[in-house]
Amino acid sequence: MSVALYRIDDRLIHGQVVVGWGQPLNVAFIVLVDDAVAASDWEQDLYRAGVPPEMELAFESVESAAAKLPALEARAEVGIVLTADIDTMQRLIDASGRITKVNLGGIHHRAGRDAKLRFVFLTAKEEGQLRAMAQGGVTVTAQDVPACTPVPLGDVLAGTGA
Amino acid sequence: MTNSDGLPRAVIAAHGDFAAGLVSAVQLISGRGDACRALSNSGLDAASLESAVRAAIAEHGATVVFTDLPAGSCTIAARKATRETPEVAVVTGVNLPMLLDFVMKEGTDRAAAERAAAKGRDAIAVAPAPVRAP
Repeated sequence: MSVALYRIDDRLIHGQVVVGWGQPLNVAFIVLVDDAVAASDWEQDLYRAGVPPEMELAFESVESAAAKLPALEARAEVGIVLTADIDTMQRLIDASGRITKVNLGGIHHRAGRDAKLRFVFLTAKEEGQLRAMAQGGVTVTAQDVPACTPVPLGDVLAGTGA
Repeated sequence: MTNSDGLPRAVIAAHGDFAAGLVSAVQLISGRGDACRALSNSGLDAASLESAVRAAIAEHGATVVFTDLPAGSCTIAARKATRETPEVAVVTGVNLPMLLDFVMKEGTDRAAAERAAAKGRDAIAVAPAPVRAP
């Protein structure tokens, strides 16, 4: 499979993705799946400016990404598929029926979220969404950068993965 | 845009403790550390970081936001936060010579930001290799 990472990261395009994962995996393409960004030329220009010219960046809605996943997975190069939140990734899982592993790369602090890891903060609703994702057959682990050890979802939710 | 006191003021938004370290160095060298407001992205989600940048600009009266990685979350947040205020410049790739130029010279407008950016670029060099004694 050429999609090396299905990642949930509220910062979307940033240093950990472009440099932290992009360089060691030799990532050739990133697919940013977000209905709002897919409809905004200004936001697309903003994110495109953060990606080196040799790295391809595509913007897709959940619907269009689901349709293109088989072709993306068949590509010879390595790629990353990004969503900003759990809900969008779950919609992509449901629409595509192809995703078996999900990386929690960054769900950061905001009001109502409790700390689980240094880079994972969750509301009670989000905890339930992740449990449901795992019960649906998806392996969920948390790992911000390749140099760190992946933390299984059970340890994330128990707060024992630090 | 100028501040009420006409002095240069900047927000520095960066990863980890980098911004605070830069402000510390600016203060040590120039005594003008108070011209800079340090902001870390640590632990903040994208929306919270954007709000923090917007608040720091307003509270500090900043006319420039310096960020570290061009591809980083701080740059994305700074550009979103300044979308409606084009008089506030965003400068990426911040370094110490760049900041010293900004805080020590007159001007708070975009030209001052461009001058500081050029100073920062010019400061990057590989020192000549030492000549070994025969």
